[in-house]
Amino acid sequence: MVLLVVWQALASYINSGLLPAPATVATVFWLELMTGQLPYHLGVTLLRLLVSFSIAMLLGCAIGIALGRNKKMDAFFDNWLVISLNVPALVTIILCYVWFGLIESAAILAVVVNKLPNVIVTIREGTRRLDQDLLEMASSFNFSKHKTLLHVIWPQLHPFVMGATRSGLALIWKIILVVELLGRSNGMGYQLHLFFQLFDVASILAYTIAFVAVIQLIEVMILKPLDKKSLRWRR
Amino acid sequence: MSAIDINIHSKTYPAIDQVGVHLAIKNLQLSIKSGEFVCLVGPSGSGKTTLLNIIAKLDKDYEGEITVGRYNAQSKIGCIFQNPRLLPWRTVRENIELVLDTSQSLAIVDELLEVMQLTDSQQVYPERLSLGMSRRVSIIRAFAIEPEVLLMDEPFVSLDAPTARQVRELLLKLWHDRPHTVLFVTHDLREAITLADRLIFLSARPMSVVSEIVVTIPRAERHNESVVEVFRQRLLNDYPEIKQLL
Repeated sequence: MVLLVVWQALASYINSGLLPAPATVATVFWLELMTGQLPYHLGVTLLRLLVSFSIAMLLGCAIGIALGRNKKMDAFFDNWLVISLNVPALVTIILCYVWFGLIESAAILAVVVNKLPNVIVTIREGTRRLDQDLLEMASSFNFSKHKTLLHVIWPQLHPFVMGATRSGLALIWKIILVVELLGRSNGMGYQLHLFFQLFDVASILAYTIAFVAVIQLIEVMILKPLDKKSLRWRR
Repeated sequence: MSAIDINIHSKTYPAIDQVGVHLAIKNLQLSIKSGEFVCLVGPSGSGKTTLLNIIAKLDKDYEGEITVGRYNAQSKIGCIFQNPRLLPWRTVRENIELVLDTSQSLAIVDELLEVMQLTDSQQVYPERLSLGMSRRVSIIRAFAIEPEVLLMDEPFVSLDAPTARQVRELLLKLWHDRPHTVLFVTHDLREAITLADRLIFLSARPMSVVSEIVVTIPRAERHNESVVEVFRQRLLNDYPEIKQLL
C-alpha cells in the first residue's frame, strides 16, 4: 500500500512516460491479459523454468550427494566446480547458442549449466554434514540403500534442498530472461526486450507485476507448505 | 553353544599426527554363551565401543575373527547405542516400525511399547521425549527385530539414578520375556552386578581381558541394593586387579 502511494506521488510529480502512474500500468496489465499476450509469454517462460529447474535439481542432487560422500571424486571435481560457479552466465548462454544454434534445447541447456553448480555445492555441503551416528544406526539395522536414502539421508538434506530451490528459482528467473532476450522469439525476456526498444515503461512494469505475482504464488502455494510439512517434527 | 566368539589379534587406529598407530585392542578372546547376559566393565576410553562396533560389523578394519550367532553373516544384531540415535523426523512408532523386516508382524511393536510404558507416546516425535524415554524407545527398537544378539553401549549413562533404575528394571523384564544373548558395556560395577550373569573386566589400552567373574547372586535378590553392595565389596577384596579399572 505504502509503495503504491509513493509510486502515485512520484509519478504525478515527474509526470512523464518514463514513470507511468499505477492506474496506467493496471490498464496495460488488463489489456495484455485480455489479448492473451501476457499469459502466453508468461506461460512459455514458466514452462522453460519448470524444465530447466527440474533437470538442474535432479542432476545437482545426484552429483552433490556423490561428491559429498566420495572424497576422491570431490577432490578431483572441486576446482572444476569453482570454475563453473564463476563463469559469467552470459558466456555460457552465448556459447550454447553459438555451438548448438538458436534452438529451444540450447536455451534450456544454458539455464541448466548456470544453475547446476549452485545446486551441487549446496547439496554437497549438506551431504558432508550428514549425521554419522544415524548412518551407523541404519547400517547396524541392515537398512537397504533405498531405505537409508529415503528415511535417513533425505530428511537431513531437506533444508539444503529447500535452500537450493529458493536460491535456484531466483537465479533461474534472472538467467532465463537473458536467454530469451538473446535467442528466443517468445517468453518474458523477449517481450521485455521489445518494450525496451519501444521505451514502453508501462508494459515493462505490467509484466514485472505479473512476474512478482507468480513468484509469490509459488512461494505460498508450493514452498511454504513443503517447509511446514517437513518441519512438523521440530519443537 | 556359544552365541558370540571373539578372537581379535589386533585393532589399530592411525595416530592423530598421522605418524605411527595406536593399538586399541590386543589379543582379545571372548566367548559368550547363547542366552547369556554379559557385562563388559572397563575404564572409559579403553575401546569398549570400538569392540561393539566390530561385533556389529560397523567396523571391519581389524585383524582376527568374530562369529555371531548360528548364521553369522545373516545373524540379526540389535544395537542400543550410547545415544538413542532415533530419527527425529519419525515418530516413536515409526522409528520402531522402520527397522522391522517386511515379513514381521506389527503386533510386536504394540507389545513392546506396552512393556516399556510408552503406548501413550507412540505418536510423539523424539525431540519431545525425555532422555529416559528416548532410551526406552531405542531399547524397544533393538528388541523389535528379534535379534540373536543384543549389543548395548552404556545405555543408561547420564540418566538420573531413579530413571536409570526404572529403565534397568524394564530392560530386565523384556529380557526375561525374550531371552537374547546380551553384551552390555558399562563402567558402573553396581549396574553390572545387578544385570549380568557374568562380568568381564577389560584393561585400558591396548584392551584385553583382565578377569572373568560369574555373578552368583540369584536374580530375585538383585533388586536389593545391599546384597549387590556386599557382592561388590567382596569382589574388590578378592580381585585387587580390578580396582584400578573402575
